[in-house]
Amino acid sequence: MEFRSVEKTYDGHVNVVDNLNLEIERGEFLTLLGPSGSGKTTTLMMLAGFEAPTSGDILLSGRSLSSVPAYKRNMGLVFQNYALFPHMTVAENLAYPLRRRHTPKAKIAEELARAVSIVKLDGLEARYPAQLSGGQQQRVALARALIFEPDLVLMDEPLGALDKNLREQMQLEIKHLHAELAMTVVYVTHDQSEALTMSDRVAVFHEGLIQQIDTPQLIYEHPLNSFVANFIGENNTLPGTVESVGEKQCEVRLNCGALIQAKPVNIEGVGAQASVSVRPERVVVFKPDGIDADQNQFTNRLAAVVSEVIYFGDHVRLHVDADGRELTVRMPLDATLDVTAGKTVALAWAAEHCAALDPL
Amino acid sequence: MTTPPPAETASLRRKLAVSNRRRQLTALALLAPALSLMLVAFVVPIGTLLSNAVHAPIFVDTVPELAAALRAWDGKSIPGESMHRLLVAEMGRAYKDKSLARASTRVNYERSGMRSLIMKTGRRAKRLEPPYREALRELHADWAELATWHALKASSSALTGRFLLQALDLKRDFDAGVQRVPEQQQVYLDRLRLTFWISIIVTLLCAAIGYPMAYLIATTRGSTSRILLILVLLPFWTSLLVRTAAWVVLLQQEGIINDTAIWLGLFDAPQQLIFNRLGVFVAMVHILLPFLVLPLYSVMKSIPRDHSRAAASLGARPLSAFLTVYFPQTIPGLGAGCLLVFILSIGFYITPALVGGSADQMISAIIAEFALGTANWGLASALALILLCCVAIVYPLFGRYAGARNLRLG
Repeated sequence: MEFRSVEKTYDGHVNVVDNLNLEIERGEFLTLLGPSGSGKTTTLMMLAGFEAPTSGDILLSGRSLSSVPAYKRNMGLVFQNYALFPHMTVAENLAYPLRRRHTPKAKIAEELARAVSIVKLDGLEARYPAQLSGGQQQRVALARALIFEPDLVLMDEPLGALDKNLREQMQLEIKHLHAELAMTVVYVTHDQSEALTMSDRVAVFHEGLIQQIDTPQLIYEHPLNSFVANFIGENNTLPGTVESVGEKQCEVRLNCGALIQAKPVNIEGVGAQASVSVRPERVVVFKPDGIDADQNQFTNRLAAVVSEVIYFGDHVRLHVDADGRELTVRMPLDATLDVTAGKTVALAWAAEHCAALDPL
Repeated sequence: MTTPPPAETASLRRKLAVSNRRRQLTALALLAPALSLMLVAFVVPIGTLLSNAVHAPIFVDTVPELAAALRAWDGKSIPGESMHRLLVAEMGRAYKDKSLARASTRVNYERSGMRSLIMKTGRRAKRLEPPYREALRELHADWAELATWHALKASSSALTGRFLLQALDLKRDFDAGVQRVPEQQQVYLDRLRLTFWISIIVTLLCAAIGYPMAYLIATTRGSTSRILLILVLLPFWTSLLVRTAAWVVLLQQEGIINDTAIWLGLFDAPQQLIFNRLGVFVAMVHILLPFLVLPLYSVMKSIPRDHSRAAASLGARPLSAFLTVYFPQTIPGLGAGCLLVFILSIGFYITPALVGGSADQMISAIIAEFALGTANWGLASALALILLCCVAIVYPLFGRYAGARNLRLG
């Protein structure tokens, strides 16, 4: 599956999808992640055949899909609102794609029984969708998109309507199904934790462009630009100016005066504006006097005043003020340091855990 | 959870009962104005009117003793002198207090000519002398006929089935029982059949025109859909009479449509487009279309666009997706719309009267003729009752087979 310089515009001015090049491997779980209006759903709809690219081409195993109508593409589609047919029972809904393919009756019954047991809907075959809970409806929708063994399963925010617990449970179930059935999945979501937990690869969309496409770990640990860094997970951004650029390290003079060592990822060169990005869990908190021996192992140090201490159960979160810049720090529970609001602390982190990115 | 002691549960139950009763009373009080309006403005007048179909007590009320004697008479031979005496006495009295005319109209429905016979008898009653049997025969030879007395006997009970039978082109002969009226007198069943036929055609035409229209309105977005909806609703804002009259202007021999068609070379000469069946169909479909489009539109609007896409992604061609996924979901709306159009067209009166020919008059026109023209309330009510029964049969049938259960009207 391949997108070749695909563009899509609705009004002739703005490209909803801009110069999209994307390859989808057989058997992989690819998530299209982005805020609403970033072009991810449009991409999915072009894949499914409900929208035609304005230019460029979509290929399946090297064959262009542009003249293949949606009903011939053999792609299972799961919608956010399930789109179950309310006038059909669960069994009729599940048999629908098989009937359209004129599958023999005995084979339909066989496939039906298998699908029902895979998604754990045994005994509910005769019910109508309105008689099912949200999670059960979601399972029916899922089974209906899988039952005809499509080349590709497309999911458009399928868990958006479920509550948090059910959503997490379904995330795992979909992940397990993916592994079990070895299917190729393209999954659209705006929920970054969903994208990280489920995918083999994540494509982060913003303003019609893919910002980064990588494994969840690389997306989180090595964001390629400030958008990705801030969109995925929590992030601290410190604006400054680049002072020197080396091969593995660069120096950024923050606006507050401190000099920070960082990985040069997305900067233009000496003198350019940049923003330094560091995750809250990578920041360590020390006493301000600087005598602590451990403190010296970190290259970067910054003085800050604690403005709020929030207890989260599994960790403590500090909101600190570093010369007018609000930062967030995740402190493990067993930290010996006693912090209260109003106290001055020293923040420290390693150069390898912070990246110099494009200015926001 | 702990169970409170019995005394406490009892008091709890009492409190619940009190609060439930209060809620019921409140609901009843809120409903009271609507219910009383229904009763005063709908149930009572319509019930009274329809009771005329089987209840015609005027003859019994006017000459009660004669009526009682007639009811007791076996009808096999001309009654005896006592009956004749009673007849002269009561008709003479009723003539004097001027109530005989209306009572004689009732008898006249049974046998024509009875009205003038009775009025003549009443007028002369004073001067008749016993034996009355001979005196009456002298007054008019009809008093010697058994059929005359049968007509009186048929009018002698307050409850009667004769109007209902007549409305179904049936009559009851004293000897032969219920039978069909002669062919040249059969009018009402034909009218009823015609009414149903026109209503079915109008309903089908409305469905054929309205379905794509509702689909377009429900599936286009933004202002186009709003404008189309306003166009559908527009006819509601003008009076029925004005719209019907407008069709007369458009469709008449020198009307716009004829002129345009001749100018375009479609017709050689002006065609008769109105005052016939065609005119009735055109005007009725136009007037009733919104009643089909609106329920259908509301149902179609509630069908998510995703359904068609889901069907396509599952391998259904556009036509197959429409037939298996979209259309079945619109059946409740289509059923409700068709039912509405059908029931309304069964009762249509003004439009066929204005744009139809004499052969296109529907049952309502006949009812109006009897109610307002000849004041035959009994027959008018009987026809109305039969119409109501037809609707009462059609309605649940539609409900069952068109799946209109989600959209029950009233």
